[in-house]
Amino acid sequence: MSIPQQKVLALNGDEAIALAAKQSNVDVVAAYPITPQTIIVERFSEYVADGEVDTQFVCTESEHSALSACVTASATGARTFTASASAGLALMHEILYVTSGCRTPVVMAIANRALSAPINIHCDHSDSMVERDSGWIQLYVENSQEAYDSTIQAFRIAEHLDLLLPVMVCLDAFVLSHTLENVKVLPDAAVSKFVGEREFIQVKCHEGTKVPFRLDPKNPITIGPLALYDYYFELKRQQEEAMQKASKIIRDIHDEFCELSGRKYGNGLVDAYQLKDAQMAVVCVGSTAGTVKTVVDQLRLRGIKAGLLRLRAFRPLPTTDIQKALANVEIVGVMDRSISFGGQGGPVFHEIRHSLYESKPHPFIQNYIYGLGGRDMPPHSIEWIYKDLEKTLKRKMVETRVNFVGVRS
Amino acid sequence: MTRETKSWQDIPIAGVCWKPATEYHTGDWRTFKPVYASEKCKKCLLCSMICPDAAIKWNETKEVVEFNYDFCKGCGICANECPGRAIQMIRESGE
Repeated sequence: MSIPQQKVLALNGDEAIALAAKQSNVDVVAAYPITPQTIIVERFSEYVADGEVDTQFVCTESEHSALSACVTASATGARTFTASASAGLALMHEILYVTSGCRTPVVMAIANRALSAPINIHCDHSDSMVERDSGWIQLYVENSQEAYDSTIQAFRIAEHLDLLLPVMVCLDAFVLSHTLENVKVLPDAAVSKFVGEREFIQVKCHEGTKVPFRLDPKNPITIGPLALYDYYFELKRQQEEAMQKASKIIRDIHDEFCELSGRKYGNGLVDAYQLKDAQMAVVCVGSTAGTVKTVVDQLRLRGIKAGLLRLRAFRPLPTTDIQKALANVEIVGVMDRSISFGGQGGPVFHEIRHSLYESKPHPFIQNYIYGLGGRDMPPHSIEWIYKDLEKTLKRKMVETRVNFVGVRS
Repeated sequence: MTRETKSWQDIPIAGVCWKPATEYHTGDWRTFKPVYASEKCKKCLLCSMICPDAAIKWNETKEVVEFNYDFCKGCGICANECPGRAIQMIRESGE
Protein backbone atom coordinates (compact mmCIF):
# COMPACT_ATOMS: atom_id res chain seq x y z
CA MET A 1 0.00 0.00 0.00
CA SER A 2 1.36 3.43 -0.87
CA ILE A 3 1.36 6.01 1.89
CA PRO A 4 -1.06 8.86 1.12
CA GLN A 5 0.03 12.50 1.25
CA GLN A 6 -0.16 13.65 4.87
CA LYS A 7 -0.60 17.22 6.04
CA VAL A 8 1.52 18.51 8.89
CA LEU A 9 -0.61 20.48 11.36
CA ALA A 10 0.34 22.26 14.57
CA LEU A 11 -1.92 20.50 17.08
CA ASN A 12 -1.90 19.84 20.77
CA GLY A 13 -2.69 16.33 21.98
CA ASP A 14 -6.34 17.13 22.68
CA GLU A 15 -6.89 18.63 19.23
CA ALA A 16 -5.14 15.68 17.61
CA ILE A 17 -7.53 13.29 19.36
CA ALA A 18 -10.61 15.37 18.44
CA LEU A 19 -9.51 15.33 14.80
CA ALA A 20 -8.91 11.56 14.91
CA ALA A 21 -12.41 11.03 16.33
CA LYS A 22 -13.89 13.26 13.64
CA GLN A 23 -12.10 11.37 10.86
CA SER A 24 -13.22 8.05 12.38
CA ASN A 25 -16.89 8.96 11.70
CA VAL A 26 -18.10 8.79 15.27
CA ASP A 27 -21.91 8.54 15.55
CA VAL A 28 -22.36 9.66 19.15
CA VAL A 29 -20.27 11.75 21.53
CA ALA A 30 -21.65 12.18 25.06
CA ALA A 31 -19.33 14.13 27.29
CA TYR A 32 -18.84 16.42 30.24
CA PRO A 33 -15.98 18.93 30.34
CA ILE A 34 -13.03 18.56 32.70
CA THR A 35 -9.53 20.00 32.50
CA PRO A 36 -7.26 18.94 30.83
CA GLN A 37 -9.52 16.95 28.53
CA THR A 38 -11.85 19.88 27.78
CA ILE A 39 -10.28 20.84 24.46
CA ILE A 40 -11.15 17.43 23.02
CA VAL A 41 -14.91 17.72 23.43
CA GLU A 42 -14.81 21.49 22.92
CA ARG A 43 -13.17 21.03 19.52
CA PHE A 44 -15.55 18.21 18.71
CA SER A 45 -18.59 20.31 19.61
CA GLU A 46 -17.28 22.91 17.15
CA TYR A 47 -17.21 20.26 14.41
CA VAL A 48 -20.84 19.50 15.26
CA ALA A 49 -21.89 23.18 15.37
CA ASP A 50 -20.13 23.88 12.06
CA GLY A 51 -21.84 20.91 10.40
CA GLU A 52 -18.54 19.19 9.65
CA VAL A 53 -19.79 15.93 11.17
CA ASP A 54 -23.17 14.23 11.48
CA THR A 55 -22.41 13.12 15.02
CA GLN A 56 -25.08 13.25 17.73
CA PHE A 57 -23.50 15.37 20.48
CA VAL A 58 -25.04 14.81 23.91
CA CYS A 59 -24.33 17.31 26.69
CA THR A 60 -24.83 15.61 30.04
CA GLU A 61 -24.96 16.80 33.64
CA SER A 62 -22.09 14.64 34.88
CA GLU A 63 -19.45 12.15 33.79
CA HIS A 64 -21.53 9.32 35.25
CA SER A 65 -24.31 10.30 32.85
CA ALA A 66 -21.90 10.91 29.97
CA LEU A 67 -20.54 7.39 30.06
CA SER A 68 -24.02 5.95 30.70
CA ALA A 69 -25.21 7.67 27.51
CA CYS A 70 -22.18 6.29 25.68
CA VAL A 71 -22.90 2.72 26.81
CA THR A 72 -26.48 3.00 25.61
CA ALA A 73 -25.54 4.60 22.31
CA SER A 74 -22.91 1.97 21.72
CA ALA A 75 -25.44 -0.78 22.54
CA THR A 76 -27.61 0.42 19.66
CA GLY A 77 -24.66 -0.07 17.33
CA ALA A 78 -23.38 3.50 17.21
CA ARG A 79 -19.65 4.26 17.10
CA THR A 80 -19.22 6.10 20.37
CA PHE A 81 -16.54 8.37 21.81
CA THR A 82 -16.00 10.38 24.97
CA ALA A 83 -13.16 11.86 26.99
CA SER A 84 -12.46 12.52 30.65
CA ALA A 85 -9.79 12.83 33.33
CA SER A 86 -9.16 12.73 37.06
CA ALA A 87 -12.32 13.31 39.13
CA GLY A 88 -14.44 12.89 36.01
CA LEU A 89 -13.03 9.43 35.37
CA ALA A 90 -13.43 8.60 39.05
CA LEU A 91 -17.12 9.53 38.82
CA MET A 92 -17.40 7.19 35.82
CA HIS A 93 -15.94 4.31 37.83
CA GLU A 94 -19.21 2.41 38.21
CA ILE A 95 -20.08 2.77 34.52
CA LEU A 96 -16.60 1.72 33.38
CA TYR A 97 -17.48 -1.78 34.57
CA VAL A 98 -20.93 -1.54 32.94
CA THR A 99 -19.27 -0.57 29.64
CA SER A 100 -16.92 -3.53 29.62
CA GLY A 101 -19.53 -5.89 31.09
CA CYS A 102 -22.06 -5.02 28.37
CA ARG A 103 -19.25 -5.41 25.81
CA THR A 104 -19.98 -1.97 24.36
CA PRO A 105 -16.87 -0.84 22.45
CA VAL A 106 -16.71 2.78 23.59
CA VAL A 107 -13.47 4.69 22.96
CA MET A 108 -12.46 7.23 25.60
CA ALA A 109 -9.51 9.60 25.72
CA ILE A 110 -8.06 10.21 29.18
CA ALA A 111 -5.91 13.28 29.74
CA ASN A 112 -4.08 11.85 32.76
CA ARG A 113 -4.48 14.20 35.72
CA ALA A 114 -3.88 13.85 39.45
CA LEU A 115 -6.73 13.03 41.84
CA SER A 116 -7.81 15.23 44.74
CA ALA A 117 -7.01 16.02 47.56
CA PRO A 118 -5.25 18.40 47.44
CA ILE A 119 -6.92 19.52 44.25
CA ASN A 120 -4.51 19.54 41.32
CA ILE A 121 -5.04 19.78 37.58
CA HIS A 122 -1.61 18.56 36.43
CA CYS A 123 -0.26 15.29 35.16
CA ASP A 124 0.04 12.01 36.89
CA HIS A 125 -1.39 8.58 36.13
CA SER A 126 -3.41 8.00 39.31
CA ASP A 127 -6.76 8.46 37.54
CA SER A 128 -6.39 5.74 34.90
CA MET A 129 -4.05 3.37 36.78
CA VAL A 130 -6.75 2.87 39.40
CA GLU A 131 -9.08 1.74 36.59
CA ARG A 132 -6.74 -0.93 35.27
CA ASP A 133 -9.04 -3.70 36.52
CA SER A 134 -12.20 -2.29 34.96
CA GLY A 135 -12.07 -4.40 31.79
CA TRP A 136 -10.93 -1.56 29.50
CA ILE A 137 -7.98 -1.81 27.15
CA GLN A 138 -5.49 0.92 28.12
CA LEU A 139 -3.02 2.48 25.68
CA TYR A 140 -0.58 5.12 26.97
CA VAL A 141 0.88 7.45 24.35
CA GLU A 142 4.22 9.21 24.20
CA ASN A 143 3.36 12.25 22.05
CA SER A 144 0.50 13.96 20.24
CA GLN A 145 1.26 12.14 17.00
CA GLU A 146 0.77 8.86 18.80
CA ALA A 147 -2.39 10.23 20.45
CA TYR A 148 -3.81 10.88 16.96
CA ASP A 149 -2.68 7.52 15.57
CA SER A 150 -3.81 5.55 18.63
CA THR A 151 -7.29 7.08 18.67
CA ILE A 152 -7.86 5.95 15.09
CA GLN A 153 -6.56 2.48 15.92
CA ALA A 154 -8.66 2.40 19.12
CA PHE A 155 -11.96 2.26 17.20
CA ARG A 156 -10.73 -0.70 15.19
CA ILE A 157 -9.48 -2.46 18.33
CA ALA A 158 -12.60 -1.82 20.41
CA GLU A 159 -15.04 -2.84 17.68
CA HIS A 160 -13.09 -5.93 16.60
CA LEU A 161 -15.60 -8.78 16.65
CA ASP A 162 -13.33 -11.01 18.76
CA LEU A 163 -12.97 -8.29 21.39
CA LEU A 164 -15.86 -5.84 21.81
CA LEU A 165 -13.87 -4.21 24.59
CA PRO A 166 -13.83 -0.50 25.43
CA VAL A 167 -10.52 1.31 24.94
CA MET A 168 -8.88 4.16 26.88
CA VAL A 169 -6.31 6.25 25.04
CA CYS A 170 -4.29 7.88 27.82
CA LEU A 171 -2.24 11.02 27.22
CA ASP A 172 -0.31 13.08 29.76
CA ALA A 173 -2.05 16.22 30.99
CA PHE A 174 -0.65 19.49 29.63
CA VAL A 175 2.68 17.92 28.57
CA LEU A 176 0.69 16.45 25.68
CA SER A 177 -2.88 17.69 26.04
CA HIS A 178 -2.04 21.40 25.79
CA THR A 179 1.34 21.46 24.04
CA LEU A 180 1.56 22.22 20.34
CA GLU A 181 3.37 19.67 18.25
CA ASN A 182 3.76 18.98 14.55
CA VAL A 183 1.26 16.22 13.85
CA LYS A 184 1.04 14.42 10.51
CA VAL A 185 -2.58 13.81 9.64
CA LEU A 186 -4.01 11.43 7.08
CA PRO A 187 -6.68 12.47 4.56
CA ASP A 188 -10.27 11.99 5.83
CA ALA A 189 -10.97 9.31 3.23
CA ALA A 190 -7.93 7.25 4.24
CA VAL A 191 -8.94 7.21 7.92
CA SER A 192 -12.57 6.54 7.05
CA LYS A 193 -11.52 3.56 4.94
CA PHE A 194 -9.12 2.28 7.60
CA VAL A 195 -11.71 2.41 10.39
CA GLY A 196 -14.61 1.22 8.22
CA GLU A 197 -18.19 0.58 9.29
CA ARG A 198 -19.01 -1.04 12.61
CA GLU A 199 -19.90 -4.71 12.24
CA PHE A 200 -21.85 -7.00 14.55
CA ILE A 201 -21.68 -10.54 15.83
CA GLN A 202 -24.86 -12.63 15.76
CA VAL A 203 -26.51 -13.56 19.05
CA LYS A 204 -29.48 -15.80 19.83
CA CYS A 205 -32.34 -13.66 21.03
CA HIS A 206 -35.18 -14.75 23.30
CA GLU A 207 -37.38 -15.31 20.29
CA GLY A 208 -34.96 -18.06 19.29
CA THR A 209 -33.58 -16.42 16.15
CA LYS A 210 -30.07 -15.14 15.48
CA VAL A 211 -29.88 -11.35 15.33
CA PRO A 212 -27.11 -8.72 15.26
CA PHE A 213 -25.74 -7.90 18.75
CA ARG A 214 -27.28 -4.45 19.11
CA LEU A 215 -30.46 -2.89 20.45
CA ASP A 216 -32.96 -2.72 17.62
CA PRO A 217 -36.76 -2.54 18.11
CA LYS A 218 -37.24 -4.81 15.06
CA ASN A 219 -35.10 -7.54 16.62
CA PRO A 220 -35.45 -7.13 20.38
CA ILE A 221 -32.70 -8.46 22.66
CA THR A 222 -31.91 -7.88 26.33
CA ILE A 223 -28.51 -6.38 27.18
CA GLY A 224 -27.35 -5.97 30.77
CA PRO A 225 -29.54 -8.48 32.60
CA LEU A 226 -29.30 -9.78 36.16
CA ALA A 227 -26.80 -12.60 36.59
CA LEU A 228 -26.18 -13.92 40.09
CA TYR A 229 -23.96 -16.75 41.27
CA ASP A 230 -25.38 -18.84 38.42
CA TYR A 231 -23.93 -16.84 35.47
CA TYR A 232 -21.96 -13.78 36.60
CA PHE A 233 -18.69 -15.73 36.84
CA GLU A 234 -19.05 -17.17 33.30
CA LEU A 235 -19.59 -13.68 31.86
CA LYS A 236 -16.47 -12.36 33.62
CA ARG A 237 -14.53 -15.33 32.24
CA GLN A 238 -15.65 -14.29 28.74
CA GLN A 239 -14.28 -10.78 29.32
CA GLU A 240 -10.90 -12.17 30.39
CA GLU A 241 -10.84 -14.38 27.28
CA ALA A 242 -11.38 -11.32 25.08
CA MET A 243 -8.60 -9.46 26.91
CA GLN A 244 -6.23 -12.38 26.24
CA LYS A 245 -7.02 -12.11 22.54
CA ALA A 246 -6.52 -8.35 22.55
CA SER A 247 -2.70 -8.30 22.53
CA LYS A 248 -2.46 -9.87 19.09
CA ILE A 249 -5.25 -7.71 17.69
CA ILE A 250 -3.68 -4.49 19.01
CA ARG A 251 -0.43 -5.54 17.33
CA ASP A 252 -2.10 -6.46 14.02
CA ILE A 253 -4.07 -3.21 13.82
CA HIS A 254 -0.95 -1.25 14.75
CA ASP A 255 0.95 -2.98 11.91
CA GLU A 256 -1.87 -2.31 9.47
CA PHE A 257 -1.91 1.36 10.45
CA CYS A 258 1.86 1.45 10.02
CA GLU A 259 1.42 0.35 6.40
CA LEU A 260 -1.05 3.20 5.90
CA SER A 261 0.82 5.96 7.70
CA GLY A 262 4.45 4.86 7.82
CA ARG A 263 4.47 5.30 11.59
CA LYS A 264 5.05 2.61 14.21
CA TYR A 265 5.43 2.44 17.98
CA GLY A 266 7.56 -0.58 18.78
CA ASN A 267 5.41 -3.63 18.15
CA GLY A 268 2.26 -1.81 19.19
CA LEU A 269 2.39 -3.19 22.73
CA VAL A 270 5.89 -2.28 23.91
CA ASP A 271 8.38 0.18 22.48
CA ALA A 272 12.01 -0.75 23.12
CA TYR A 273 14.79 1.82 22.72
CA GLN A 274 18.48 0.81 22.75
CA LEU A 275 17.63 -2.35 24.65
CA LYS A 276 19.46 -4.93 22.53
CA ASP A 277 22.80 -4.65 24.32
CA ALA A 278 21.60 -2.67 27.33
CA GLN A 279 22.93 -3.45 30.79
CA MET A 280 20.43 -1.14 32.51
CA ALA A 281 16.82 -0.54 31.48
CA VAL A 282 14.29 2.02 32.53
CA VAL A 283 10.62 1.11 32.10
CA CYS A 284 7.95 3.79 31.91
CA VAL A 285 4.64 4.79 30.28
CA GLY A 286 3.57 8.03 28.66
CA SER A 287 5.41 11.17 27.61
CA THR A 288 8.35 10.71 30.03
CA ALA A 289 9.66 8.13 27.56
CA GLY A 290 10.63 10.98 25.22
CA THR A 291 12.88 12.53 27.86
CA VAL A 292 14.31 9.13 28.80
CA LYS A 293 15.30 8.54 25.15
CA THR A 294 17.29 11.80 25.17
CA VAL A 295 19.06 10.74 28.37
CA VAL A 296 19.77 7.29 26.90
CA ASP A 297 21.41 8.97 23.88
CA GLN A 298 23.62 11.10 26.14
CA LEU A 299 24.60 8.13 28.31
CA ARG A 300 25.39 6.04 25.22
CA LEU A 301 27.83 8.75 24.06
CA ARG A 302 29.64 8.17 27.35
CA GLY A 303 29.69 4.43 26.76
CA ILE A 304 27.02 3.62 29.34
CA LYS A 305 24.78 0.80 28.14
CA ALA A 306 21.42 2.33 28.97
CA GLY A 307 18.09 1.38 27.42
CA LEU A 308 14.37 2.08 27.69
CA LEU A 309 11.22 0.00 27.52
CA ARG A 310 8.01 1.95 27.13
CA LEU A 311 4.74 0.16 27.72
CA ARG A 312 2.18 1.31 25.17
CA ALA A 313 -0.42 -1.25 26.20
CA PHE A 314 -0.91 -1.55 29.95
CA ARG A 315 -4.13 -3.57 29.60
CA PRO A 316 -3.81 -6.19 28.35
CA LEU A 317 -0.37 -6.42 29.94
CA PRO A 318 2.11 -7.65 27.31
CA THR A 319 3.90 -10.00 29.73
CA THR A 320 5.73 -12.05 27.10
CA ASP A 321 6.99 -8.94 25.31
CA ILE A 322 8.21 -7.51 28.62
CA GLN A 323 10.06 -10.74 29.43
CA LYS A 324 11.67 -10.84 25.99
CA ALA A 325 12.62 -7.17 25.97
CA LEU A 326 14.23 -7.31 29.42
CA ALA A 327 15.76 -10.80 29.03
CA ASN A 328 19.36 -9.62 28.91
CA VAL A 329 19.46 -6.59 31.18
CA GLU A 330 21.10 -6.78 34.58
CA ILE A 331 18.94 -4.18 36.27
CA VAL A 332 15.54 -2.59 35.68
CA GLY A 333 14.37 0.77 37.02
CA VAL A 334 10.59 1.10 36.81
CA MET A 335 9.18 4.62 36.75
CA ASP A 336 5.70 5.15 38.16
CA ARG A 337 3.76 8.37 37.85
CA SER A 338 1.23 7.18 40.42
CA ILE A 339 1.41 5.42 43.73
CA SER A 340 -0.38 2.53 45.37
CA PHE A 341 -0.32 3.62 48.99
CA GLY A 342 0.97 0.80 51.13
CA GLY A 343 1.40 -1.38 48.05
CA GLN A 344 5.22 -1.42 48.14
CA GLY A 345 5.58 0.47 44.85
CA GLY A 346 3.54 1.81 41.96
CA PRO A 347 1.30 -0.16 39.59
CA VAL A 348 3.81 -0.32 36.71
CA PHE A 349 6.43 -1.66 39.13
CA HIS A 350 4.06 -4.36 40.33
CA GLU A 351 3.35 -5.49 36.77
CA ILE A 352 6.97 -5.48 35.61
CA ARG A 353 8.16 -7.29 38.70
CA HIS A 354 5.45 -9.92 38.30
CA SER A 355 6.19 -10.30 34.59
CA LEU A 356 9.86 -11.00 35.37
CA TYR A 357 9.18 -13.63 38.03
CA GLU A 358 9.76 -16.46 35.55
CA SER A 359 12.86 -14.89 33.95
CA LYS A 360 16.12 -16.62 34.76
CA PRO A 361 18.24 -15.08 36.07
CA HIS A 362 16.17 -12.28 37.57
CA PRO A 363 17.48 -8.82 36.91
CA PHE A 364 17.63 -6.48 39.89
CA ILE A 365 14.53 -4.28 39.96
CA GLN A 366 13.89 -0.92 41.60
CA ASN A 367 10.93 1.42 41.60
CA TYR A 368 11.02 5.19 41.11
CA ILE A 369 7.89 7.14 41.95
CA TYR A 370 8.03 10.52 40.17
CA GLY A 371 6.05 13.43 38.84
CA LEU A 372 3.01 13.26 41.11
CA GLY A 373 0.66 16.19 40.62
CA GLY A 374 2.63 17.41 37.60
CA ARG A 375 6.06 17.67 39.29
CA ASP A 376 8.55 18.16 36.46
CA MET A 377 10.80 15.27 35.41
CA PRO A 378 13.86 16.92 33.85
CA PRO A 379 16.64 14.93 32.11
CA HIS A 380 19.04 15.27 35.08
CA SER A 381 16.54 13.44 37.33
CA ILE A 382 16.37 10.58 34.85
CA GLU A 383 20.17 10.53 34.69
CA TRP A 384 20.12 10.25 38.49
CA ILE A 385 17.95 7.13 38.15
CA TYR A 386 20.49 5.49 35.81
CA LYS A 387 23.28 6.43 38.28
CA ASP A 388 21.28 4.90 41.10
CA LEU A 389 20.85 1.70 39.05
CA GLU A 390 24.61 1.66 38.43
CA LYS A 391 25.25 1.89 42.18
CA THR A 392 22.99 -1.11 42.82
CA LEU A 393 24.84 -3.09 40.16
CA LYS A 394 28.19 -2.33 41.83
CA ARG A 395 26.76 -3.15 45.27
CA LYS A 396 25.15 -6.32 43.84
CA MET A 397 22.20 -5.69 46.15
CA VAL A 398 18.99 -3.65 46.11
CA GLU A 399 19.13 -1.25 49.02
CA THR A 400 15.94 0.78 48.56
CA ARG A 401 13.29 -0.94 46.47
CA VAL A 402 10.92 2.01 46.21
CA ASN A 403 12.47 5.42 45.64
CA PHE A 404 10.93 8.88 45.28
CA VAL A 405 12.45 11.11 42.60
CA GLY A 406 11.89 14.83 42.66
CA VAL A 407 10.28 15.06 46.08
CA ARG A 408 11.93 17.49 48.53
CA SER A 409 13.40 15.91 51.62
CA MET B 1 -34.16 -19.81 40.27
CA THR B 2 -33.92 -21.98 37.18
CA ARG B 3 -30.79 -24.15 37.42
CA GLU B 4 -28.41 -24.18 34.42
CA THR B 5 -24.99 -25.66 33.85
CA LYS B 6 -23.87 -24.01 30.60
CA SER B 7 -20.18 -23.14 30.31
CA TRP B 8 -18.74 -19.70 29.60
CA GLN B 9 -18.01 -20.82 26.04
CA ASP B 10 -21.64 -21.78 25.46
CA ILE B 11 -23.51 -18.71 26.67
CA PRO B 12 -24.07 -15.59 24.55
CA ILE B 13 -21.75 -12.62 24.96
CA ALA B 14 -22.46 -10.04 27.68
CA GLY B 15 -25.36 -12.03 29.12
CA VAL B 16 -27.70 -11.46 26.19
CA CYS B 17 -30.77 -13.47 27.20
CA TRP B 18 -31.48 -16.41 24.94
CA LYS B 19 -34.60 -17.35 26.87
CA PRO B 20 -37.74 -15.36 27.60
CA ALA B 21 -37.92 -14.04 31.16
CA THR B 22 -41.06 -16.15 31.73
CA GLU B 23 -38.86 -19.24 32.00
CA TYR B 24 -37.45 -17.91 35.24
CA HIS B 25 -40.02 -18.82 37.88
CA THR B 26 -39.48 -16.07 40.39
CA GLY B 27 -42.44 -17.26 42.46
CA ASP B 28 -40.15 -19.43 44.57
CA TRP B 29 -38.74 -16.29 46.23
CA ARG B 30 -42.09 -16.05 48.05
CA THR B 31 -42.46 -16.19 51.84
CA PHE B 32 -46.15 -15.24 52.03
CA LYS B 33 -48.75 -16.51 49.60
CA PRO B 34 -51.92 -14.60 48.68
CA VAL B 35 -55.05 -16.67 49.25
CA TYR B 36 -58.27 -15.51 47.60
CA ALA B 37 -61.81 -15.69 48.99
CA SER B 38 -64.12 -15.27 45.97
CA GLU B 39 -67.24 -14.68 48.10
CA LYS B 40 -65.68 -11.46 49.53
CA CYS B 41 -64.41 -10.24 46.12
CA LYS B 42 -66.14 -7.09 44.78
CA LYS B 43 -64.62 -7.67 41.32
CA CYS B 44 -63.07 -4.21 41.23
CA LEU B 45 -59.85 -5.75 39.81
CA LEU B 46 -57.70 -3.24 41.67
CA CYS B 47 -55.42 -6.16 42.62
CA SER B 48 -54.72 -7.09 39.01
CA MET B 49 -53.92 -3.49 38.13
CA ILE B 50 -51.46 -2.91 40.98
CA CYS B 51 -49.67 -6.27 40.96
CA PRO B 52 -46.00 -5.40 40.19
CA ASP B 53 -45.47 -8.81 38.60
CA ALA B 54 -48.67 -8.91 36.51
CA ALA B 55 -49.38 -12.19 38.27
CA ILE B 56 -53.12 -11.57 38.88
CA LYS B 57 -55.52 -12.17 35.99
CA TRP B 58 -59.32 -11.91 35.67
CA ASN B 59 -60.92 -15.17 34.58
CA GLU B 60 -64.00 -14.12 32.61
CA THR B 61 -65.74 -17.52 32.49
CA LYS B 62 -65.40 -18.27 36.19
CA GLU B 63 -65.72 -14.58 37.18
CA VAL B 64 -62.87 -14.82 39.67
CA VAL B 65 -59.33 -13.45 39.88
CA GLU B 66 -56.54 -16.00 39.51
CA PHE B 67 -53.01 -15.84 40.86
CA ASN B 68 -50.03 -17.04 38.85
CA TYR B 69 -47.94 -18.54 41.63
CA ASP B 70 -45.01 -19.09 39.24
CA PHE B 71 -44.37 -15.34 39.34
CA CYS B 72 -46.17 -13.96 42.43
CA LYS B 73 -43.33 -12.97 44.80
CA GLY B 74 -45.71 -12.56 47.73
CA CYS B 75 -45.23 -8.82 48.18
CA GLY B 76 -48.73 -8.49 49.66
CA ILE B 77 -49.70 -5.24 47.94
CA CYS B 78 -52.90 -6.87 46.63
CA ALA B 79 -53.96 -8.02 50.11
CA ASN B 80 -53.18 -4.62 51.55
CA GLU B 81 -55.13 -2.71 48.91
CA CYS B 82 -58.15 -5.04 48.45
CA PRO B 83 -61.26 -3.03 49.54
CA GLY B 84 -63.20 -6.20 50.32
CA ARG B 85 -60.36 -7.89 52.25
CA ALA B 86 -60.77 -10.84 49.88
CA ILE B 87 -57.03 -11.60 49.83
CA GLN B 88 -55.12 -12.92 52.81
CA MET B 89 -51.37 -13.50 53.06
CA ILE B 90 -50.54 -16.94 54.45
CA ARG B 91 -46.98 -18.03 55.31
CA GLU B 92 -45.69 -20.66 52.86
CA SER B 93 -45.36 -24.02 54.52
CA GLY B 94 -42.85 -24.94 51.83
CA GLU B 95 -39.52 -26.70 51.73
